[in-house]
Amino acid sequence: MTTNIDKRGTGPVLDIDHLKVTFATDAGDVYAVKDVSLEVRPGEVVAIVGESGSGKTVTAKTILGLLPETAISSGAVLINGNNVISVSAAKLRQIRGRDVAMVFQEPSTALNPVFTVGWQIAEGIRAHAHGKGGKVSAKEAKSRAIEALRKVGIPDPENRVDYYPHQFSGGQKQRVVIAAALALNPGLIVADEPTTALDVTVQAEILQLLRDLRDKYGTSIVLITHNMGVVADLADRVVVMYQGDVVEEATAKVLFAEPKQEYTRKLLAAVPHLGRNSASEGLTARAHQGGKVLVEAKGLTIEYPGRLGSPGFKAVDGVSFTLSEGEVFGLVGESGSGKTTIGRAIAGLNRTTGGSLKVLGYEMLNLKERTFKPLRKEIGFVFQDPAASFNPQLTIGDCVAEPLIIHSNPSPAQARKRVGELLESVQLPASYADRFPHELSGGQRQRASLARALILNPKLLIADEPTSALDVSVQAVVLELFKDIQAEFGFAALFISHDLAVVDILSHWVGVLYKGKLVEQGLGTQVMGAPQHDYTRRLIASLPVPDPDEQAKRREANRALLAG
Amino acid sequence: MSTPTTVEPAADPRAPLFRRLPVISHFNKSVGLQRGMLVAGLILTTAFVLTAIFAPLLAPYGYAQLSDADGSFPAQQAPGGKHLLGTTVGGYDVLSRVIWGTQTAIMVIVVAVLMSIFIGVILGLVSGYIGGWLDRILVVVADAIYAFPSLLVAIVMAIVISGGQSSLLGGIMAAAISITVVFIPQYFRVIRAETIRLKAEPFVEAAKVVGASDIRIMSRHIYKNATRTLPLIFTLNASEAILTMAGLGFLGFGIEPSSAAEWGFDLKQALADTTSGIWWTGVFPGLAIVLTVVGLTLMGESINDLNDPRLRGRKKAASGKGGPDSNAAAKAGIQAEVSSS
Repeated sequence: MTTNIDKRGTGPVLDIDHLKVTFATDAGDVYAVKDVSLEVRPGEVVAIVGESGSGKTVTAKTILGLLPETAISSGAVLINGNNVISVSAAKLRQIRGRDVAMVFQEPSTALNPVFTVGWQIAEGIRAHAHGKGGKVSAKEAKSRAIEALRKVGIPDPENRVDYYPHQFSGGQKQRVVIAAALALNPGLIVADEPTTALDVTVQAEILQLLRDLRDKYGTSIVLITHNMGVVADLADRVVVMYQGDVVEEATAKVLFAEPKQEYTRKLLAAVPHLGRNSASEGLTARAHQGGKVLVEAKGLTIEYPGRLGSPGFKAVDGVSFTLSEGEVFGLVGESGSGKTTIGRAIAGLNRTTGGSLKVLGYEMLNLKERTFKPLRKEIGFVFQDPAASFNPQLTIGDCVAEPLIIHSNPSPAQARKRVGELLESVQLPASYADRFPHELSGGQRQRASLARALILNPKLLIADEPTSALDVSVQAVVLELFKDIQAEFGFAALFISHDLAVVDILSHWVGVLYKGKLVEQGLGTQVMGAPQHDYTRRLIASLPVPDPDEQAKRREANRALLAG
Repeated sequence: MSTPTTVEPAADPRAPLFRRLPVISHFNKSVGLQRGMLVAGLILTTAFVLTAIFAPLLAPYGYAQLSDADGSFPAQQAPGGKHLLGTTVGGYDVLSRVIWGTQTAIMVIVVAVLMSIFIGVILGLVSGYIGGWLDRILVVVADAIYAFPSLLVAIVMAIVISGGQSSLLGGIMAAAISITVVFIPQYFRVIRAETIRLKAEPFVEAAKVVGASDIRIMSRHIYKNATRTLPLIFTLNASEAILTMAGLGFLGFGIEPSSAAEWGFDLKQALADTTSGIWWTGVFPGLAIVLTVVGLTLMGESINDLNDPRLRGRKKAASGKGGPDSNAAAKAGIQAEVSSS
């Protein structure tokens, strides 16, 4: 270990010089990374940010030599004097783990489910011992694995080293992945979206861990992310990438305070900021209460059946709320909170098992498809993933017209006209009706999805995480559109999201779900500004704001709350 | 869109219709060894199909012909002269029998595979989508058929249908139906698995929430998406159909030589000849079987590899600098690929 630290010295740990990466595809060559140069000094956290297709992940993979066979790279990626692009496979294997390690996005797939975590951490230690001609005894490997687990804050590492991945929670799994990356004490860790798959409260813990690693062990971190809040929380220096090129490079403070490039400014402006631009701003009481109540839940319980002999799982537990005409109800919660289950139950995709859920006056407890079907034309649904919610074999026009054809059997010309109108109201050219879903971008597809949900002029729209699969700048545009259309059409909406800031932008009334229970509901400004329930407070405290100074203050102020 | 991040798709990335046809699009995608395999398979298969179509013109004699104007054919005559590939112990012309045999083979393939595709696809769709007890029963039946050796099932079916021996139509139907019974579970399984996967896809749920009926969902949304792998199973099963057919003929459950030419039957007749050094009666029908099966398998396997982006070989990317123009088109291509897989 000591030799490693000596080697680090003061020069850069990583030096990328004019890196170019080209992929061979059926449609010709794709220039994923056009010309990237950057360096990472010891103990520095450099964030590479960019939207999808910017080449940030390809850059990260190049650092570890993980590019697929179809890629060709040129330029230089120097790690401790070794050029990763040109070294032999054997040499590359020595560099991996010892000089540079990787933390992956999805901890549950990065760990092999059939081996204990201790074995997986020790794997790197053993691999490198063989390289030196020596051998590491099983005992020593295990003790070093325990050491690594202790470093990343896994409680009781002596016992848990023999646990399998499924015995850990998502956040702990990510800790284990980080422990495996740390096993050989590398000078550099490449973290590719390390918190994207995690809930915000867990994300805050992992970010704290990464910061501790840097402070205690002087590890340099290359952080790949699209989340500006994460960048503001952790990074010293930021590299903004756009379509394979570095657009701007600056220290975090400078970048957030005075971005120089137009693109960076746009990107930062698009990031939703908690407490700004709230839909419930200026409201003192709940709006739209005079109208008809469209959805009414009383003690709603939804239980998924357990395996034979074991009790069922209560996804939703005694939830009561109402949704009136013209109102936007925002439902926030982390994964497993039951928010999606509620949305699906209202649309008749899930069965309720207890309490009462009335949708447009229809009691969903004894749902019969035949009697519910006439009501379906009053309900629109926007799905999370716009790519998957369109039949890839049908044109956008066919997909958007489908509700119309099922419920009113119009002539082809009528259907076409109506589809054109709807596409135009979601700001898509009517000619897009002839395109296939894969020919549209993510944001365009989500607008088409909105058009499909609105074609029958429904009274109620359920939007299940409609923007979580989109890039921030696209998300901003779609949210804006959603807001305008809601004002124009006046439908009631249930807006489901894990992102507090996004919910706040759209919703008049916000409900917070935690483990199937509705722990708090109120005006958006009240819930975000003066949360009553402990969980809501923790949730808001965990959410990193895209401003390094403010975030540092928040972090200090909330340390006690987050630890508890 | 006003945002800078959106990739505007190219005006119309779709190629003209004929370039999107299954085999032609595969040919365009292929490079190197994979293209060689595909081309070899295509040549063999085309030769097989053409021979079947033009058999009456190509074959010098009829399949059951034992004599011409000059009198009876000699038995077991070596290749050469009037009989290019020699004659069999019964006095049939080997070349003619091999050529006419392609017709029998292709009829069996078409009838067997069509029947199993129709029944298998319908059962798979219904079973996978509706689920419940119907699904469980159908799966058990399919598993039970799997458990039998396929040739045994084929023999039993041949006996049941035609008493073991029969005319051209009866023989072909017997072989085809017995092959169908063996193949239905394969199509059933593939389509059922795809249906179950697709049933959970958001676009099916999207159809459900707008109130589409089950039949509409099955026929409009699932059917087209579930059957994309069928051309592949078709080519692979076609070669298996020929082998089953030949196996039946070899075991004596095939078609009488007076009703149609059948390679398996000819092989069986040639069995006794081998010890006496008469090679041509066995080699040529055997070669016909091998070449047809190899051709179909090569075609099927290379289509399989080409359909999978991870197995497909590509031309190396040029390492030089590239302009942004080519980038846009390529990105649209990638986007298309990602969303279609």
